[in-house]
Amino acid sequence: MVPGGSRAEEPTAAAAGLDAESAEWLRLLADTGPGRDSALERLHAMLVRIARREVARRGPRLRVTGPELEDLAYQAAADALIAITGKLGQFRGESRFTTWAYKFVIFEVSAKIGRHFWRHPAVPFDAEDWDRLPDRFGFDPAREAEWRDLLGALHRAVDDKLTARQRAVFIAIVLNGVPLDTLVIEMASNRNAIYKTLFDARRKLRAALAANGYLPGDSLRSS
Amino acid sequence: MNGWSELDEFLRTDPRDVGCAQAMKMMHIYADLVAAGASVQERYPGFAAHLRSCGPCAEDFDGLLAALRDEAN
Repeated sequence: MVPGGSRAEEPTAAAAGLDAESAEWLRLLADTGPGRDSALERLHAMLVRIARREVARRGPRLRVTGPELEDLAYQAAADALIAITGKLGQFRGESRFTTWAYKFVIFEVSAKIGRHFWRHPAVPFDAEDWDRLPDRFGFDPAREAEWRDLLGALHRAVDDKLTARQRAVFIAIVLNGVPLDTLVIEMASNRNAIYKTLFDARRKLRAALAANGYLPGDSLRSS
Repeated sequence: MNGWSELDEFLRTDPRDVGCAQAMKMMHIYADLVAAGASVQERYPGFAAHLRSCGPCAEDFDGLLAALRDEAN
């Protein structure tokens, strides 16, 4: 299975048309002159507010604070405004205009945080310390005799079953804790491609562990 | 959850998973639906499956929902 291969559950477009507020945003932004300038100013202010709120929400989990975080929020808002005005023709009225616009600033916050960690990596991208693995998954050191074989089998499967790229992505994200959006920059890729690489690696590794009796055989979540 | 089940959970893949490209493309629509009270799990299981496995998309979706809820208050 390839993630993203099905479009069966895409919500259908809002054929009935735009809500009044969204229609007004589109009218103003498509205009020329002071009406558009005023709308852009208002939209930018909204994006800055959303970006600041978002970096504050994520802040406690980041090693970024104070002016740097504030700067990140303003950069995200500015880049989101450019993206929104450039893609205005792609807005199809399937959501409120502001929800569509906020999505861009949230994505920009993620991208900027990813770039920050790319510039300041906590662990070298090519590090490979397998001793981190028990802690990564919460294995109890006092019960090492129970899980030592499992993690040994996982290590062998990573070496034997994965392609070089799958192995590199698995090591970076799982062993080194590199954020996926940071790996996107390091590997000059995109989120979907890195996720799919990891998805395929996870599927192969689980199949290998299940084949050797370390994990149950089913592959579909029950939740 | 012990390490064994956490590893198992991480390695499990769901064939319904829509992937990041689809999730990111449609996220604003799902966000409006959820903000209005819809259940993503029931109506869009492929999107829900993706959010369970993709930390970055789940983080973005949480952020978008938080923005909508704050705006509504």
